[in-house]
Amino acid sequence: MTTLVDARPAPAPAPAGTRPAAPVRALRLLRRHGVLVVALAVVALVLAWAVLPGAFTGHDPIAVDPAGKLAPPSAEHWFGTDQLGRDLYSRVVHGARASLSGAAVAVAVGVVLGALLGALAGWFGGLLDSVIGRGVDVLLSIPGFLFAITIVVLLGFGIVQAAVAVGLTLTATFTRLVRAEVLKARTSTYVEAATTSGASTFDILRRHVLPNSLASTLALVTVQFGIAIIWIASLSFLGLGAQPPEPEWGRLVAEGRSYIATRGWLTLWPGLTIVAVVLATNHISRHLSGRDDT
Amino acid sequence: MTALLAVEGLTVGYRTRQGLAAVVHDVSFEVEPGQVLAIVGESGSGKSTTGHAVLGLLPGNGQVLGGRIRFRDQVLTELGPRGWRDVRGRAVSLIPQDPAVSLDPVRRVGHQVEDVLRLHTDLDARARRERVHELFDLVGFTDVERHYAQYPGELSGGMRQRVLIASAIAVEPDLIIADEPTSGLDATVQKQVLDLIDDLRVRSGTSVVLVTHDLGVAADRSDRIGVMQDGRLVEHGPTADVIADPQHAYTRRLLDSVPSRLAFARERVEVPADREVVVEVADLRKVYGDVPAVDGTSFAVRRGETFSIVGESGSGKSTTARVLTGLTRATSGRVSILGADVTDLGRRAFRPLRKDVQIVYQNPYASFDPRFDVYQVVEEPLRSLREGPRPRGRRPYRDQVVAALEAAALPADFVDRHPRELSGGQRQRVAIARALVIEPKVVVLDEPISALDVSVAAQILELLRRLQAERDLTYVFISHDLAVVRAISDRVAVMRHGRIVEQGPVEQVFTAPQTGYTVQLLDAIAGRDLTVGVP
Repeated sequence: MTTLVDARPAPAPAPAGTRPAAPVRALRLLRRHGVLVVALAVVALVLAWAVLPGAFTGHDPIAVDPAGKLAPPSAEHWFGTDQLGRDLYSRVVHGARASLSGAAVAVAVGVVLGALLGALAGWFGGLLDSVIGRGVDVLLSIPGFLFAITIVVLLGFGIVQAAVAVGLTLTATFTRLVRAEVLKARTSTYVEAATTSGASTFDILRRHVLPNSLASTLALVTVQFGIAIIWIASLSFLGLGAQPPEPEWGRLVAEGRSYIATRGWLTLWPGLTIVAVVLATNHISRHLSGRDDT
Repeated sequence: MTALLAVEGLTVGYRTRQGLAAVVHDVSFEVEPGQVLAIVGESGSGKSTTGHAVLGLLPGNGQVLGGRIRFRDQVLTELGPRGWRDVRGRAVSLIPQDPAVSLDPVRRVGHQVEDVLRLHTDLDARARRERVHELFDLVGFTDVERHYAQYPGELSGGMRQRVLIASAIAVEPDLIIADEPTSGLDATVQKQVLDLIDDLRVRSGTSVVLVTHDLGVAADRSDRIGVMQDGRLVEHGPTADVIADPQHAYTRRLLDSVPSRLAFARERVEVPADREVVVEVADLRKVYGDVPAVDGTSFAVRRGETFSIVGESGSGKSTTARVLTGLTRATSGRVSILGADVTDLGRRAFRPLRKDVQIVYQNPYASFDPRFDVYQVVEEPLRSLREGPRPRGRRPYRDQVVAALEAAALPADFVDRHPRELSGGQRQRVAIARALVIEPKVVVLDEPISALDVSVAAQILELLRRLQAERDLTYVFISHDLAVVRAISDRVAVMRHGRIVEQGPVEQVFTAPQTGYTVQLLDAIAGRDLTVGVP
């Protein structure tokens, strides 16, 4: 079971006056959850990039400078410049917006559709459950990335279309999870007790079932966010997502690959950024879902 | 006679984040050959830890901090892992607490018993198999060949416990540690299992350390009793002496908490026969698939009365409770509550009646939303069953919630606490407060004290009793425990396989039972020796 509720008895509070000073506590926290702190910092940084790219770089991400093209990393251009002389660091920073908002849209589509379908299937059961369940089975039997490509081809190229396509493929997983959680809550004694307390079906769903399904859904959201970033970057890499000149991490890798032998940093920096963000979200997810068995 | 097992000054602790905490302090006792020592105590008293220490089976963070355990001429506390393996199973064996999880679910039970023989004897495969058949015969299996090849999932709880007993006695150990061997089993099955252990003791002179929370079982089945409280052995002596003349205040309190000794059990006033009938059930049937859970039951409950439905697991008593509280619809028959016919009402249509009919569950903690604090739990009926718009402000029902908590003998400041911070008894009081906060007329109590320690259970019964008198409540009390039922009911119905085999005033059913099944159930009550005052 995955919940954020700690079932262990609360430890006795430390007597007043012996509480360690704030810096000491911060240090202890860092020592116990060091990797988590780093992961949170990475995610916070790229989020800041996406919201306020101007605060992190003075360069225009699409300003062309033919004289300074393909320059190696330097104090002026931290990640070097590309084949048109655009500052790569600036393009990575500005690319965060397209990549992250794309992933966010994808996960949002997945969560909303998945929660709706899963809640319907779990709560009502019967024929509806069978229909939704078999639909999910079909969806899961198709390799997700190929399915996403198919949808993009139908919808047209672009970052929003890519995000919706990825979101639709993620729906199946969310549907399964939410269905299982709703089913578990629906048959629990506390929902039965709420029924005997006179709560309406709507109240039970809103006050008991959904909030108690939230914790594990949140863990899945973070892990799917990482997957969505990779898939959207992959779609863009294939030219199906973000269109030039808009910077996007997958596109940056694609543009740099012609020079991979001689100007390796052009693929290295965007690639490392993707890896760092995905690892960070995975670690956060594991922390969220692992609370129970520690 | 020299003692078979001598425990001297045993102190056991568990390592926690706060350091090493002792949970068993300076416990000393002896067990002579062929003797049964019962260690009784409530949860957290250290009785199971003591039993496990004797077997060297403390969990990884447990540690013997002091004292000696001597078995024959060996000092067990000085053994290494290899020495322990020689002692365990061969000389000392364990009958574990929970048969449901103590067998490997993917191996045949016969093979699991055979393991003991493989480890401790030189028998060849055929001899081992024959020996397992003998053992199964000994523990009362009729079709030993078939049971040998079965998996634990195919056996009932009582049968699994017999398999575990078979493996505990496989190499005829000198000492058996039985850690709550019958908790979770029905009364008649409990009696069979305890009879079996008794029988083995008489036959082979095995000594038994019986760890139990049930004073009745201890009184019936032991030669000596040790009473544990908070990790200390507070009283220790021959069973008859301890029961007849307890020296320690805690022992006296435990004995006073036994249902048949409860003070109020003897002062029941009869409910006049002419009071209105508030619950009437006629020919009720409830079928799940093809299986009838309730198969044609009829009874009536009058206002202010406690009507008990007693039966073993699978008898249909809980299904009856679910029908009465509108959680499931009857297949056929007629159910009326406070004059309203509820037979065909679905969950939604039942709602107006919820003001008058409430339920208290066996496990209060499971019946609370894990995210809710005590206020939110108790408030829910007020909030859901209010008429008109929702009152404004934070915690608008605070006064009523506090009043309900106080009625359930809980302090007012509990409103802001979370159920996980409370003890089992306090949680059950919160559940009672929730049931009473909208002032219902009928309360269905579904095994409300089965999960509680005996002294806590006595307090909850006392509370229910007081609330009934103050508020003229009608109780439908569902229980498997005949001793409790006798203590609190006015009338009782005995259920078996979905039918009521006998019903009537409680004294009549208990003193002059009409059917063989009731006689069998009454025979299985543990600890009738404890009864005082009731003829």
